[in-house]
Amino acid sequence: MRSYLSKIVRANEFYLLLVIVVLSLIIQARSGQFFTANNLVDIANAMVVPGLFAVGAFMVLVSGGIDVSFPALASLAVYVTTRVLVDAGWGGGIWLPFLMAIAVGAVLGAFNGLFASRFAVPVLIITLGTASVFSGIMQGVLGSVQIPNIPAGMSEFGRATLFVAKNPQSGLTSNMPVSFLLLIAVVAIAFVVLRFTTFGRGIYALGGDESAASRAGFNVRRIKFWLYVAVGVIAAIAGLVRTSMMDQMHPTNLLGMELMVIAAVVLGGTAITGGTGTLTGAMLGTLLIVIVQNSMILVGIPTFWQGFALGVLIIVGTGISAVQLTRRNRKNSAALIQKGSA
Amino acid sequence: MLQKVTSLNPRLGLFRDQHVVRLAAILALLLIFFAIVKPKNFFGLATWQSMAIQFPEFGLMALGVMLAMVIGGIDLSVVGIANMTAIGSALLMLQIAPVGSDASTGYLALAAAIGLSLVIGALAGALNGILVAKVRIPAILVTLGTFELFTGIAVIVSGGKPTSGLPPQYAEVMASRLFGVIPMPLIIFIIGAVLVGLLMYKSAFGTKLYMLGSNETAAQFSGLKTTSLIIRTYMISGVLASLAGLVMLANYNSAKADYGSTYTLLAVLIVVLGGVNPNGGSGRLSGVILAVVVLQVLSSLLNTFPNISNFYRPLIWGGVLLLVIVVNQWGKNNNLARLFRWKGNAS
Repeated sequence: MRSYLSKIVRANEFYLLLVIVVLSLIIQARSGQFFTANNLVDIANAMVVPGLFAVGAFMVLVSGGIDVSFPALASLAVYVTTRVLVDAGWGGGIWLPFLMAIAVGAVLGAFNGLFASRFAVPVLIITLGTASVFSGIMQGVLGSVQIPNIPAGMSEFGRATLFVAKNPQSGLTSNMPVSFLLLIAVVAIAFVVLRFTTFGRGIYALGGDESAASRAGFNVRRIKFWLYVAVGVIAAIAGLVRTSMMDQMHPTNLLGMELMVIAAVVLGGTAITGGTGTLTGAMLGTLLIVIVQNSMILVGIPTFWQGFALGVLIIVGTGISAVQLTRRNRKNSAALIQKGSA
Repeated sequence: MLQKVTSLNPRLGLFRDQHVVRLAAILALLLIFFAIVKPKNFFGLATWQSMAIQFPEFGLMALGVMLAMVIGGIDLSVVGIANMTAIGSALLMLQIAPVGSDASTGYLALAAAIGLSLVIGALAGALNGILVAKVRIPAILVTLGTFELFTGIAVIVSGGKPTSGLPPQYAEVMASRLFGVIPMPLIIFIIGAVLVGLLMYKSAFGTKLYMLGSNETAAQFSGLKTTSLIIRTYMISGVLASLAGLVMLANYNSAKADYGSTYTLLAVLIVVLGGVNPNGGSGRLSGVILAVVVLQVLSSLLNTFPNISNFYRPLIWGGVLLLVIVVNQWGKNNNLARLFRWKGNAS
């Protein structure tokens, strides 16, 4: 029991949770609005899309890469889906948009995967390239425009609510979207895959040391390829959810989100060098960033400060884990030297 | 493998470097194509002058990214630094010489602005360097974070609006032409490139950069002060980015926090295209400068086709980057079949 406790206290997630709790209390004290039912539902609502993206970004980070193409990938996949369905006058349910977005997302993800699994170039540089290819296809080749009337199935899905939370004082109401269940489902599936399948353990293994993973019998190329396919699928789902919830297709709405999502995952304790990290941490990191973004207005800080706050958050968050890592390494090598001299 | 060993020595003859030769060939083909397809534009001085005004913006940034990449890092914050310094200098100039003040105040404002921007650039770079070298955060994360930070500062300082109404002396100096032909931005770029070249190939600092980039631990054990080297490298990158900011300020005649948002990718693309190893330790200045010119010629060529939308540009940039990655790999293995196999590592 005691070791279990000390393990919890030492975990990165614990500190993150502590930061979130303290931050919420501060916001509550300053505004009196944080712990109201509708604000909490608003935060859950705002977390769906970044949360979904974070699952994908987390998986790539664990494998030792950095993917910056997922917003462009999601935009292109959903733009194609919406355009085709609107032109065809599709009036049916949400299943077809989902299938189409997932299919396109998988293809685009496979494109990333082919490059990432075969070229010894940092994934960051590859995905910088594919990201601009994706947005170039969307904006140049397809000449993307805003689509105000999305298929009925999609807007129904976007409006579907689990329950409505009401603020007794201000009378404001907030809807809990059905898509929150989708986030939970994706997180659950990713958790099971990462923890209990060979594929999932392989992702951790090749993030730790690629040649060691290869020696241990993991097919590194295949794992990488399917990893990016999976990330493409998750990103496309996130894009579809965002479009449905906005009730219109805004092609460039998602672009530029990659930094915030990666920051969230890294804040959650995932090592940028790969191999370690937990989904819980990634979700807590996302929650922290969503809270910061949503609550600046509550506390009365102008939205101008958002970029600045995000930058500070990234640097401080990654700085803390970097300092921890250096300290641990130093301790380890000191112990080794002592053992050697004894 | 052989190629890697030879490219480790940065002082080998220029034309023995496959990469530089390949780029020069691409440039020659591109120029011939340009001359055949659009002779009117190709043989007009105006085309070349507008190119010379444009490419220093991202060319200077690419020089900074190159230095960072040679030591095994990367600098993604250059656009943030450029915009932050542009806004800072613009505000300072407005402060010293408000609209309607006389010429001498205008020149004073100009000098102060240049001084301030160099200081801001160096400080911003030093922050990057300290975070990379002292706190030991990976360079990608540091510069992603400081990009947000610097852009955030730019937004706060400017209120998110474009800052304009600069003293006319600024535009006058920046639009002036040496011998009536060579535009000021090109001169700034040439000075920057020459200084970087001297630093890389004629000073001990340059040799140390390559050593640091090929093996940091070995460099440390051979007595290099890696911390100070890293910090100085990012400071140079910051100063180059701030010069780019001054050029952008002149070209747009205003400053805004989100100008040049595509330049991050473009700078990385140029450096990789120029043959710098993304993992550090090799790459040469001539390759990067050739890559800058190739991309600018490509871009100007596209501009002469009015029916091709500007949105095609990212597609072409990204496509070229991926193509370069593929071609580089090709040269390394001489064996395409290996790429299609399912077994093995990313080679």
